[in-house]
Amino acid sequence: MRLIGKQLASKLLWVLSQVLLLPALLMTSVQAFGASDAAVDEAQRWGLNMTEGVTAVSREIYDLHMLIFWICVWIGVVVFGIMFYSMIMHRKSSGAVPSKFHESTAVELAWTLIPALILVLMAIPATSSLIKIYDSSEADINIKIVGYRWKWQYEYLGEDVSFFSNLATPQDEIYGLAPKGEHYLLEVDEPLVIPVNKKVRFLITANDVLHAWWVPALAVKRDAIPGFVNDAWAIVEEPGIYRGQCAELCGKDHGFMPIVVHAMEEADYANWLAGKKEEAEELKAAMSQTFTMDELYARGEKVYQANCVACHGANGGGGLGPSLVGTGITTGPINAHIDVMVNGVAGNAVMPVFGNQLNNIDLASVITFKRNAWGNNMGDELQPVDILTFKKNQ
Amino acid sequence: MGDHGPAKGFGRWLFTTNHKDIGSMYLWFSFAMFLMGGVFALVIRAELFQPGLQLVEPEFFNQMTTMHGLVMVFGAVMPAFVGLANWLIPMMVGAPDMALPRMNNWSFWILPFAFTLLASTLFMEGGGPNFGWTFYAPLSTTYAPPSVTYFIFAVHIMGASSIMGSINIIATILNMRAPGMTLMKMPLFVWTWLITAYLLIAVMPVLAGCVTMMLMDIHFGTSFFSAAGGGDPVLFQHVFWFFGHPEVYIMILPAFGIASAIIPTFARKPLFGYASMVYATASIAFLSFIVWAHHMFTVGMPIAGELFFMYATMLIAVPTGVKVFNWVTTMFRGSMTFETPMLFAIAFVILFTIGGFSGLMLSIAPADFQYHDTYFVVAHFHYVLVPGAIFSIFAAVYYWLPKWCGNMYDERLGKAHFWLSFVGLNVTFFPMHFVGLAGMPRRIPDYALQFADFNQIASMGAFLFGFSQVFFLFIVIKTIRGGQKATDEVWDNPEGLEWTVASPAPYHTFTTPPAIK
Repeated sequence: MRLIGKQLASKLLWVLSQVLLLPALLMTSVQAFGASDAAVDEAQRWGLNMTEGVTAVSREIYDLHMLIFWICVWIGVVVFGIMFYSMIMHRKSSGAVPSKFHESTAVELAWTLIPALILVLMAIPATSSLIKIYDSSEADINIKIVGYRWKWQYEYLGEDVSFFSNLATPQDEIYGLAPKGEHYLLEVDEPLVIPVNKKVRFLITANDVLHAWWVPALAVKRDAIPGFVNDAWAIVEEPGIYRGQCAELCGKDHGFMPIVVHAMEEADYANWLAGKKEEAEELKAAMSQTFTMDELYARGEKVYQANCVACHGANGGGGLGPSLVGTGITTGPINAHIDVMVNGVAGNAVMPVFGNQLNNIDLASVITFKRNAWGNNMGDELQPVDILTFKKNQ
Repeated sequence: MGDHGPAKGFGRWLFTTNHKDIGSMYLWFSFAMFLMGGVFALVIRAELFQPGLQLVEPEFFNQMTTMHGLVMVFGAVMPAFVGLANWLIPMMVGAPDMALPRMNNWSFWILPFAFTLLASTLFMEGGGPNFGWTFYAPLSTTYAPPSVTYFIFAVHIMGASSIMGSINIIATILNMRAPGMTLMKMPLFVWTWLITAYLLIAVMPVLAGCVTMMLMDIHFGTSFFSAAGGGDPVLFQHVFWFFGHPEVYIMILPAFGIASAIIPTFARKPLFGYASMVYATASIAFLSFIVWAHHMFTVGMPIAGELFFMYATMLIAVPTGVKVFNWVTTMFRGSMTFETPMLFAIAFVILFTIGGFSGLMLSIAPADFQYHDTYFVVAHFHYVLVPGAIFSIFAAVYYWLPKWCGNMYDERLGKAHFWLSFVGLNVTFFPMHFVGLAGMPRRIPDYALQFADFNQIASMGAFLFGFSQVFFLFIVIKTIRGGQKATDEVWDNPEGLEWTVASPAPYHTFTTPPAIK
C-alpha cells in the first residue's frame, strides 16, 4: 500500500510537471540533447523527489516527507476543489445571485480545531524521528569533519588518519573547455571511507566560515561552525558511493566543495584503514628525505591545484588573492615566503594558515613550485627539513 | 480649503507632504527597485541556464544573489506596501492626510540614498556584498569585502525609513480615524498594516543592532560573532532571524489586507469572518516572534529547542488556514466576475497556499534536514513572496489605479499581464521544488548534471516573468496617460470610504471627516 502511494506520488509529480511545463519542455529537449555532453544522459535526469537514502533514518525521513506531502495534497484538493467549484458555479455571467452570509462561529471553530488536530497527528511521528536522530551515543567510529574554504578535512579519531578531500573536477570542465564527466562537481580526490552497518558518528566543525556537511543518501546535514562541534551519525546499510555538497554559503567556491562518501564492507574498510596508516608512516619517513627539483616541482603543482588555485588563479595571475607572478613574496626572500605559507598573513583572514593544513613535504613542494613557475624562475628549492627547521626556530 | 493643488516642478516631489504624492513616489521607487532586483535575478538564471560557468564568475554570482534578495525585500516589496499604505490608509479611515506628513517626506527621501549607497558597492574594489541576503557572520564580517561597511549603513538607513514609516502609520490609524470609524469597522488592509507597523517597530531595531555588532567586529576589534575572540557565530543567526522571521510576515500581512478588500468586491458578497481575520492576523504576528529558529534547524540546537520551534512553526498553519478558508468561503455562493485584480487575488490565494504547504513541510524538523538550504526552500519562499507579496501589489495597483489616476486600465492588457506573469512564475519556481528535493543546494553558480533540465526550464520561465513586468509598466503608463474615464465607484458596489471620493481622488480628501454609517 505504501509502495503504491510512493509510485503514485512520483507519477503525479511527473504528470503535473509535464503539463505545467509542456511548452518549455519542447524547447529544452532540443537544447539538452543537441548541445550538451553525452554525460548528461548518463546522469539521473528529471529527479523529482527526495532520495530514500541508505540508512534507516533517511528512509524514516523520506516516509515523513511523503506523509506530510500527501496530507497537504488532500487539504489542497478539498480547499481548491471548493474554490474552483465556486469559481465555476457562482459566476455573475451565469446568473449567480450572491448570498449575504458572512459569519459563522461554528464554522470558524471547526476550521481552527480540525487543522490543529491534523498538526498534532503530524507532530507525533516528527517528534519520534527527531529523538532518534539526536541519539548519537554509542558510536563505533568517530570521524571529525572540518570545513575549510573550500574543502573538507576528515580525521579518524584514535586512528591517526587524517586527510583533505578536494574537488576533483578539472577547471576545463567547469569552463566548458572539456566535456563534463558523469559526476561533474560531485567528485573528489579522496573520498570519506566508512564501513557499512556500523554506527559512524560525525563531529562537524569549521575552520573559517560556516559550512554545512550534507549527504542526502545519509540524511545527514549539519552546519559546520567555527568554535562549535556538532554531531550527527549514520548507519549505512548498503555499500556504495554517496555524493553530497556543502549546503551553507561559504564564499566564492561554495558550489565547488563536494562530499563523497565511500561505504564499504567492514573487511574492505579495515584494509583501507591499514593502507592509510601505512601511507602515513611512509609520509613520516619521507619527511627527512631529499627530493630533486623536478619531484618538488611536480608535487608542488598538484598541491597548488588543490589548495591555491581558487584564489590565486590557474596561472598564478591572481583573483580573489593577489597575483603570484613576479611579486614580492614569490620572488622575494624565501624565509618570508615560508612565513606566509606557514603562518598566514596577519590581519588577512582570507589567506589560510597552511602550516596546519599541509605537511612539510607539500609546503616545501608548493613553495618551490611557485618560486619557479610562470616565469618566476628563482631557481631555489626547499626540502621538507627546511620547513621543519623554520617551524622549530620561530 | 481643499481646492489648492500641488506645487509646480520638481519641488513638488522634493518638498511634498501630501500622502498621495508620497505614496506615488514610494510606488515608483519600488517598481524601479523591482526591475533592478529583477535584472539581478535574470543574471542568476542566465548563469544557471546550463551547467558550467558561462557568463559570470562565482564571486559576482554571489553578489547577484545577495543584491537580488536585499533589493527585492527592502527595495521592492516593503516600499510598495508603504506606498499603498500612504495612498490608501488616510482615505480608508477618512483622514485628510498622514498624521506626521513631514516625517513622511523624510522617510521616503532617505530611501533613494540608501539604495544608491547599496548599489554603488557593486562598482567598488572587492565587489558588493557577496554573503547572501541573510549575511551570516563570519562570512559577512571577517571574510567580507571592504564594501560591507556601505552595506551596513544602507541597512541602517532603510531601517530608519521603515521605523519612521511605521510610526506614521500607527499614529494615523490610532488618531486620525473619522468619528464613528471604530477599530472593528476598519478595512482589513488598515488592520493588517497596523499590525505590520508594530512588527516593524519591534524588529527593525534588532536588525540595526545586528549590523551594528557587525560594524564593531569589522572596524573596532570586538568579537561578537567571531569564535576566535570568544564570540558566537550562531548568535548572529539568532539575532538575524529574530528580525528575519517577523520580516517575512511584514511582507505578507498587508497582502492579506489587499486580498480581503478585492475578493469581496468581485464576489459581490461581504468578506466572510471579518473578526476572525483580524484575530488570525494578530495571532500570526504573535507567532512570528517565537518561530525564528526554524531557519536554524541544522545549527545543532538542543532537541528541546528543535521541538519547540517545530511545534510553534506548525501552529502558524492554523491562523493562516483560517484566512484561506475565509477567502474561499467569501467566494462561495457569490456572484463572481474575473477582472484583473480578482485574477491576481485568486492566484494569490492558490499559490500562497501552495507556498504554505511547502512551509508546513519545512517546519517538520527531521525532514528539514533534507530540505534545508536547497532549492526546495528557494521554491517555498518564492511561492509565498512572488504570488504573495508581488501579486497582491499588482492586484492592488489594478484595483485602485482607476481611483488614483481617474482612468480605467485596459482590461485585455491587464489580463494578458496576469496570464504571462502566472505562467512565468510557475514555470520558474515550480521546477525548483524538484531540483531541491533531488539535492541541489541553493546559492551555487554551477551544478551537477542531473539538475540541468529543470534549471533550464526555470531560467526560461524567469525571462518570461521578467519581461512581463516591462509590459506591466507599459500598461500603467498607458492608463495614467489616458483611457476610459473611471466612475467614482469604479467597481460594482465596492466597500470602503475611498470609493466615496471622486476619481481621480482630489489632491486633498476628507478635509472634513466623512459620516460613518
